[in-house]
Amino acid sequence: MTIKSLEDLKKIKAESQLQTKARKSNDTQIIIGMGTCGIAAGAREVMTAVLEELAKRNLNNVSVLQTGCIGMCQKEPLLDVVRPGEDRVTYGPVSPSDVPRIIAEHLVNGNIVEDLVVAKIPNKE
Amino acid sequence: MALVRAHILICTGTGCTASGAKDVLAKFDEELKAKKLRDEVSLVETGCHGFCEGGPLVIIYPEGTFYTRVKPADVAEIVEEHILKGRTVSRLLFKEPLTAEKVPNYDEIAFYKKQHRLVLKNCGHINPDSIEEYIGADGYEGLAKAILTMTPEQVVEEMKKTGLRGRGGGGFPTGMKWMFCAKSPGPKKYVICNADEGDPGAFMDRSLLEGDPHAILEGMAIGAYAMGADEGYIYCRAEYPLAIKRLLKSITDAEEAGLLGENILGTGFNFTLHVKEGAGAFVCGEETALMNSIEGKRGMPRPRPPFPAIKGLWGKPSNINNVETWANVAQIMFHGPEWYANYGYDKSRGTKVFALTGKVNNTGLVEVPMGTTIREVVFDIGGGIIGGKKFKAVQIGGPSGGCLTEQHLDLPISYESLTAAGAIMGSGGLVVVDEDTCMVDMARFFLEFTQRESCGKCIPCREGTKKMLDILIRITEGKGREEDIENLIYLGTQIKTASLCGLGQTAPNPVLTTLRYFRHEYEAHIREKRCPAGACKALITIKIDPAKCVGCTKCTKACPVNAIAGTVKQPHVIDQDKCIKCGACVEVCPFKAIDKK
Repeated sequence: MTIKSLEDLKKIKAESQLQTKARKSNDTQIIIGMGTCGIAAGAREVMTAVLEELAKRNLNNVSVLQTGCIGMCQKEPLLDVVRPGEDRVTYGPVSPSDVPRIIAEHLVNGNIVEDLVVAKIPNKE
Repeated sequence: MALVRAHILICTGTGCTASGAKDVLAKFDEELKAKKLRDEVSLVETGCHGFCEGGPLVIIYPEGTFYTRVKPADVAEIVEEHILKGRTVSRLLFKEPLTAEKVPNYDEIAFYKKQHRLVLKNCGHINPDSIEEYIGADGYEGLAKAILTMTPEQVVEEMKKTGLRGRGGGGFPTGMKWMFCAKSPGPKKYVICNADEGDPGAFMDRSLLEGDPHAILEGMAIGAYAMGADEGYIYCRAEYPLAIKRLLKSITDAEEAGLLGENILGTGFNFTLHVKEGAGAFVCGEETALMNSIEGKRGMPRPRPPFPAIKGLWGKPSNINNVETWANVAQIMFHGPEWYANYGYDKSRGTKVFALTGKVNNTGLVEVPMGTTIREVVFDIGGGIIGGKKFKAVQIGGPSGGCLTEQHLDLPISYESLTAAGAIMGSGGLVVVDEDTCMVDMARFFLEFTQRESCGKCIPCREGTKKMLDILIRITEGKGREEDIENLIYLGTQIKTASLCGLGQTAPNPVLTTLRYFRHEYEAHIREKRCPAGACKALITIKIDPAKCVGCTKCTKACPVNAIAGTVKQPHVIDQDKCIKCGACVEVCPFKAIDKK
């Protein structure tokens, strides 16, 4: 790595900021149910699929979080998508193969994948 | 490759390493691999958060959960619960000492909430060994701005506008100091960083060097450009091995990146930096002694003038600033002088880092804007006195500083206000003492330190501090004489005026200020042969009140020298010949039957 100009420096700065982006909470979130029920139903595989898909699409401004059992165990694995200013949408049961569709349709384009929706939690703001 | 969804930041500063952070780090690596999570979770070693009290510290992002006192045995649970299932491990969260409330989030802890971290902004938040992370946090942009868009004169002017003053203790305006050196003629000049932090209880420079080494390098490069120097030294005490290791690595990395060395950013500006390890003498924190030491001579100060700006290292014009001062420079260049001057109070601009230690609940590094009151630092940030005891005084500025009392609690901290009260800003040590501390004994402690560290070159400091110490020891042993107080004041004033360097000129301060505010304690020692705080062992006797003692035998078990005898359910007696006056029995007695007088 040699820095010869301000442009070089700014390029490295941008790259480095991508690496450390996960060190702050983002407004856009994917939340996966990781209670015992979720894990038993395959939530780990769903999470792996989410992380791979986000990496593939270079989506660095999304926080991937987990939550516990919400009492709807028969619909696990559950996956929530939160977009700033919009309703929180819970999908389930989600299989790893559904993940690319949810990310492409909902997270990126803002169109809810209706056939997988379990619930919508209204945005309080 | 999967996306990294979480970052585990583990502090591996000296404090946390001492409490086992390296084992915790290794255990995290092992557990994450075992659970096949290593690809999606990044493990980052950071510098000091300044909250060494609660170490080893672990912070997990994106949530920003703050775990304290993490043991290797806790790691499996954190990985299983937090990283895998997303549940906070609440038993490891920080508990506020005042409210006993558990606080999950780093930013919401009272200790951090009331601070304003400018200089320490990267400490604990970036990996200090990674130049990329430093660049990601606006690093080296200040240097680029200075050398690409400004003339050296403009840089000096900017520094003058900020109102930044030397953070090593003297408080001399940094911009002026730079101007003197910049105007000093000569093709060869040096810039020096004073990292010989030696005050008992002070560790802010160490944390900066360990937690954000590139900030010091960048600040020095900017200074070198402004003053026309092409070579610099960081004089770091050898007792900071981790700081030295990280400095050397950051210098190598910056040279490889072309941000230090020859032809920086293609401007033709050259700057080489060396690290010189100190050999353990406190006096080498004095600038002329420090330069002697770099030159390989004995670490002794020489008279000024000539000042280093005219004749410094190897006889060439030199500028020497303290670690914290240098650490301010890069941000000032990046944000501009107006931004910096926004912070502060009166003629003291910006923030100051204090090492808060002693009898407070939260010890650690505290960075506050100038003008913050001592009450806010001790009670709001420090969480008050341990065990709910009574606040007595703070010793500010280390062995060169003075004590401030309850009447100064609402004093806004600035260079002027502290000097007016008889103390000094110093490098920023802040030792809090409670009602159990004897002020005579504390003055003796600090004077013993400076007396031992006196280099011996000038007589007032060498002989005078020794005489003062003899008197103080005599007083604490109950052999004080009526004329001792006047002699202490006379000697102290003479030493302050006649000593060659800062060490001697400030050494009597702890004695003089304790005499100013706690003269009655000295008088009690001398006239009544009594230590009001019950701390001077020669002046106290520990006795059991037979009327209160129920013979529970707790004290006999606590006594380390078997000086307490008695049968169960009968009043006990202390054998005064055996008693070492440690006070262990007083602490354990549930009936308050033991008296220390």
